[in-house]
Amino acid sequence: MAQIRINNLRKEFGAFTAVKSSTFTVEDGEFFMLLGPSGCGKTTTLRMMAGLELPTSGEIFIDGEEVAQKPASQRDIAFVFQMFALYPHMNVRKNISYPLVSQGVERAEVRARVAEVARILKIESILDRSVGGLSGGDRQRVALGRAIVRRPKAFLMDEPLGALDAEFREHMAEELRALHDRIGATTVYVTHDQLEAMQMGDKIVVMNHGSVEQFGRPQEIYDWPATKFVAGFIGSPAMNFFDFNGAISPGGESIELSGNPVGVPQARQGATGKLTLGVRPEHIRFSDQSAYRGRVVATEYLGTTQIITLDTPNGEAKARTSARQAIREGEIVGLDFNPTTVTIFEGLKGQALLSAGNEGVLHHG
Amino acid sequence: MSYSVTDPSGRQKWIAATLVTLYAVITILPLLWIIGTSFKSPSDAIAYPPKTLFTPTLEGYVNLFTTRTRASEEELKTLGEPTTWYDRIVRRDGFIIAGPSRFPERFTNSIIIGFGSTVLCIVLGTAAAYAFSRFKVPLKDDLLFFILSTRMMPPVAVAIPIFLMFRQLGLNDTHAGMILLYTAVNLSLAVWLLKGFIDEIPIEYEEAALIDGYTRFQAFYKVVIPQAMTGIASTAIFCLIFAWNEYAFAVLLTSGTAQTAPPFIPTIIGVGGQDWPAVAAGATLFLVPVMIFTIVLRKHLLRGITFGAVRK
Repeated sequence: MAQIRINNLRKEFGAFTAVKSSTFTVEDGEFFMLLGPSGCGKTTTLRMMAGLELPTSGEIFIDGEEVAQKPASQRDIAFVFQMFALYPHMNVRKNISYPLVSQGVERAEVRARVAEVARILKIESILDRSVGGLSGGDRQRVALGRAIVRRPKAFLMDEPLGALDAEFREHMAEELRALHDRIGATTVYVTHDQLEAMQMGDKIVVMNHGSVEQFGRPQEIYDWPATKFVAGFIGSPAMNFFDFNGAISPGGESIELSGNPVGVPQARQGATGKLTLGVRPEHIRFSDQSAYRGRVVATEYLGTTQIITLDTPNGEAKARTSARQAIREGEIVGLDFNPTTVTIFEGLKGQALLSAGNEGVLHHG
Repeated sequence: MSYSVTDPSGRQKWIAATLVTLYAVITILPLLWIIGTSFKSPSDAIAYPPKTLFTPTLEGYVNLFTTRTRASEEELKTLGEPTTWYDRIVRRDGFIIAGPSRFPERFTNSIIIGFGSTVLCIVLGTAAAYAFSRFKVPLKDDLLFFILSTRMMPPVAVAIPIFLMFRQLGLNDTHAGMILLYTAVNLSLAVWLLKGFIDEIPIEYEEAALIDGYTRFQAFYKVVIPQAMTGIASTAIFCLIFAWNEYAFAVLLTSGTAQTAPPFIPTIIGVGGQDWPAVAAGATLFLVPVMIFTIVLRKHLLRGITFGAVRK
């Protein structure tokens, strides 16, 4: 098992830059998520780690060794493909043992290790079947088996649950996480599904347009997004953005939103002009004392909670409240934001301003 | 009774079956006629109206494999009783066997040249198709068009230049020359067909093999080749059929050592009257290798010619 360090990694395809100098570190034994919308460069980054693409510049360290320009076969990593890529002309047992055969492992040893992997993944009964007739879940398990049988330095997975149907995905995600906890292997996992990333990852890198937007633990990223992109990409419904013209100076603890004072975490950075207040839906409270008012446009019942769409002076917003709270469409309500949880973004690049709330997170990230 | 939108109805099935049977009969009739003629006696073969019922004889086959000379009654008497069944057949018509014919030799030439060029074509074609399919080849599209353009005129159109070239290079009437020629003609078809098949194989399989510790070449022959087998088999059949049946170049460029069966078979006619049964016997035997080859690879061929029709 190994640490993977990515340093100023860059990849250009002709005139198109897929990855712009990414830098981050995957610690030994971590379950690490590469998250972002399609075309953000996450898969390219993973393929560079695997050696399936060679970077234009930058360094990749696996277990302290610089491997950026080495072929895949010399990196001792395993890769799980989205479409599994099980060799169709071989049965399950041969598929799993194939990486061992290339290493010249003895036959008795191969048998023993395949049997062990089959036991871990509970696929002993299908070892002699052809891979053609397997269900999605079993194919997934065989693909995992082929990856873990080698005991590689790291596992790289490219949306491994993407080809499964929704129902089975949940189950497989749990199985995958349990497997990781059991063998403790460094895993880098690419996904575009923010829920999957939050549910499974120890750490998340959020990428957009080839750049790393934020890097940290799921909760840190959810609570204290570094950019408007991260705030909008993570969480469902996404963070609410209230655009306003105003100013905040270092040490300030409130801003003015359409003439109403709104409390914010103590600012460490000042800014003026076009700003955005970011509030998570669950941090909007209804309060009759508040002068900041909004009209209820729609409600969406979700069982334990409900999503309430509001029309406010600064645009549309969504609030998440208990399903038991009685609320009617058309009603005018007072809105109050939990002052310790909000983030202010500057208008130009959408960077979060440092505050007492996020300075711990954004400084080390 | 349930009604299906996609399954053909009973009547449709009946019509389809009739059409297929009719087509099969029309195609197979000339073949049956040739095979039948090969077992007729020369007089039965030219009888009018044509005979469908006749006493089968191996005379055609004996004539095919032997050269014969006419012998007088006295000569035949001095020889005594014929000792073998083929002697008996020949002497009935007043001939004696002078020696073996050149047919086995020509047939072997056909096998060497046909299969040789097919193997060469598949080896080169697979490698080229793989490169075109997977690698960044400069001017790829132009090269592919150029390769295809060699098929845009009948190969015989360049027969004279090739004849002159072969004479200069000393390739006239050699096995190597004919193998090279048929390979050159077939290669464009092979590259195009195989590229289509290799394009259909997801690149992830090779990437998985690379990750599993195999080199690019190992990934090619351990993962790509087995999966391209369908394409390779059907391409091989097309190549073999062309090389096997080719007549014009064979007439022009071979006469002795490397002559193949197609130009040889018509020459049988001349020996002692129009010996149609011997010609038919030659044609029948000539069919056998291609038939065996096609039957062996039939499963692949069917998938091969319908490939791309339904995507998974």
